[in-house]
Amino acid sequence: MRVVGALLRKELLVELRTLESVPGMALFAVTTFVVFHFALNQNTVSGQEAAGILWVTLLFAAMLGINRLFVADADQGGFDGFLLAPVDRSALLFAKALSLLAYLFVLELVAVPAFALLLLGPPLGQALPSLLAPLALGDLGVAAIGTLIAAMTVRTRARDLLGPMLTLPLLVPVVIGCARASAPLLQATSGDGGVGPGSLPLRWLGTLALYDLVFGLIAYAVFDFLLED
Amino acid sequence: MEELAAQAAPGTLVEDRTAAVELAGLTRNYGERAALEDVSLTLPVGATLVAFGPNGAGKTTLLRVLATLLRPHAGTVAVLGAALPEEAWRARGRVGLLGHEALLYRELTPRENLRYHARLHGIGEERVERQLEAVSMSSRADEPVKTLSRGMVQRVAIARATLHDPELLLLDEPYANLDPAAIDVVEPLIGSASRRTRVLTSHDPGRSLAEADLVLGLRGGRVALLKPSSDVAQQEIIELYK
Repeated sequence: MRVVGALLRKELLVELRTLESVPGMALFAVTTFVVFHFALNQNTVSGQEAAGILWVTLLFAAMLGINRLFVADADQGGFDGFLLAPVDRSALLFAKALSLLAYLFVLELVAVPAFALLLLGPPLGQALPSLLAPLALGDLGVAAIGTLIAAMTVRTRARDLLGPMLTLPLLVPVVIGCARASAPLLQATSGDGGVGPGSLPLRWLGTLALYDLVFGLIAYAVFDFLLED
Repeated sequence: MEELAAQAAPGTLVEDRTAAVELAGLTRNYGERAALEDVSLTLPVGATLVAFGPNGAGKTTLLRVLATLLRPHAGTVAVLGAALPEEAWRARGRVGLLGHEALLYRELTPRENLRYHARLHGIGEERVERQLEAVSMSSRADEPVKTLSRGMVQRVAIARATLHDPELLLLDEPYANLDPAAIDVVEPLIGSASRRTRVLTSHDPGRSLAEADLVLGLRGGRVALLKPSSDVAQQEIIELYK
């Protein structure tokens, strides 16, 4: 825990100083919602359409953070500094995944209200408490897979290309699960001609949790080898 | 001093309980190219090995293998009694590496960087302050590393490399970017006064020969010279670069 704490503290301090990841992720998400607003030529969206737009936007915004997750370590000798210390290598996995989770949390603090303001038809307030579950499970999946792939690709010359190419296919099930779990919550209310928010589909939440667990374990199992020469 | 240069037969390690570094037939490749080929030597605890050689001779690769950052591809390597790579965990934390890169985060200050490394090594923060004083960087300790001169960064890197009081120091051209006054400042930490076992690389025979117990000359990854320093003439070092 001491080592994870030290790594996480360093990680957040570097991000606070550089602001290289989170502001870019948030700005990307808001800009994408604006683009959707005009491209769809609709004032509001709801249901599956709303869930799809929200989760695809969050996924691509997350890619920006994933791509930069290990860049400072690779470029400034952080890997070597860490590898020289007599510590468990998996501490780096946990610290990086936690920092990515923190970035995603801040991203969603900005992106979800912006989505509600720019695109979402039904009021967000009613759906928000239930929406937290797919958001949390989606973030866990993105953090586990994103950290794993970022560690794999950061020391390659084509990391900016390889990262998204490997991450996106693995995150498709996360996006599907989150969108399906969120869609009933974002249904138009009866006053808007819809049926109103439905209940949280637990089957999709269970699938998401299982997928997160599997990739969390895979990341834990292989992370040491990714750091080896 | 003759025993310092004793070369073990490839594939065997000299049984020497006082050896800090034992190499037998060490080979390390980068793709098809051999960066180090069949390097064998024994360095006793407390002694200093200076490696000379032109750029690309394999000096930095040697240091990175000893630091457990690169795996040997052939031969046997033991550092502080730990066979690499199988027992690398036993050597980590007992080795200090000062490489071409400072291993410091540019956005963080020297104090923040040293505190980070101190936490990784389980060291108290009072040691951080002592190290900053030891390299005369206390007054600039709260400025981001990216704003410091190269010489100052090198001093902070020396404080980082010696923070955990390592038994073995691996120093890649340690005096690069340092002015004469700074060299005097860091001498107790990385110089012969540190009383640590040291492996250092250099292009400056004038200064480094005086510090060496054992001299290693590398050319194209192979051992071109391996002698006690008392037997080495400066001209032999110069010949390595021709």
